[in-house]
Amino acid sequence: MAFAPSDEPVALKILVAGGFGVGKTTLVGAISEIRPLRTEEVLSDRSVGVDDVGGVETKTTTTVAMDFGRITIREGLVVYLFGTPGQERFWFMWDELSYGALGAVVIADTRRLTDCFPSIDYFEQRGTPFIVAVNCFDGAERYEPDDVRIALDLDPEVPVLLCDVRRRASAKVVLVTLVEHALKTLTASQR
Amino acid sequence: MTPPEWLDDEAGPIVRPYALTRGRAHSSADDMDLIAMVTAVGKTPRDPTDIGPEQWRILDITARATSVVDIASELDLALGVVRVLLGDLQDQGLIRVRPPAQVAPLPSERILKEVINGLRAL
Repeated sequence: MAFAPSDEPVALKILVAGGFGVGKTTLVGAISEIRPLRTEEVLSDRSVGVDDVGGVETKTTTTVAMDFGRITIREGLVVYLFGTPGQERFWFMWDELSYGALGAVVIADTRRLTDCFPSIDYFEQRGTPFIVAVNCFDGAERYEPDDVRIALDLDPEVPVLLCDVRRRASAKVVLVTLVEHALKTLTASQR
Repeated sequence: MTPPEWLDDEAGPIVRPYALTRGRAHSSADDMDLIAMVTAVGKTPRDPTDIGPEQWRILDITARATSVVDIASELDLALGVVRVLLGDLQDQGLIRVRPPAQVAPLPSERILKEVINGLRAL
């Protein structure tokens, strides 16, 4: 292979957070190669609202799939996307997921902005660089990013952008914005 | 191994997840990061029956450095189970585990710029 033994593969971790049903799974699917990842707890809401779970509601404690995608930048450089569990009872998983994460995308839905408060609080407290991506749902009223920033009481340096997580081009802009923000945070901290 | 057609994922696993680990839910790999890189060191156990078929597959997969999540995904086993299997391999000195690069030191500016350009080019 083309790289020397000392040039070990580098893996980076990006989190996708936000309220229940806000489009986390859709974003991961729009931009990355989705891979099956089982875990023994319910860690995502990916099947809810998509699959009919009628009659199997009690299956929630068996192994389930979790939102997980990978983007290969080049041989030896991989970015992993993890959807953070929406439900509060799985907060214990957040620490593991966010440990060493490059940054997080918090997806917001303007019809229920409060849903992303816990995610924002969490990343602010941990000092994890994050951006807010407002998913423009069909039929939802459009707001300017600055209005969302005020409503969420965000620091001025936190990027806020509108997006459509179903579109690959839009998902790409979201991730680029996050990595640029992480880079800015990194260089600022080194000064 | 392909499961019989009449059993789909909804039926749940045929074998309980932790049966593969002989009921153990914890190991020396409990804190292994999801994106830690695992590499087989190229040794085999003294007795081939010391490790199970899944662990032989892990040694196979990790002939090239592979992340913990990718191993779990490849084996289609729950993360917790994979961690126990990795813990055994680690205890026997059959794998080398490297924590993710960005924990310490932080990812370099060069890597991040490369990621930005790579994402734009997708």
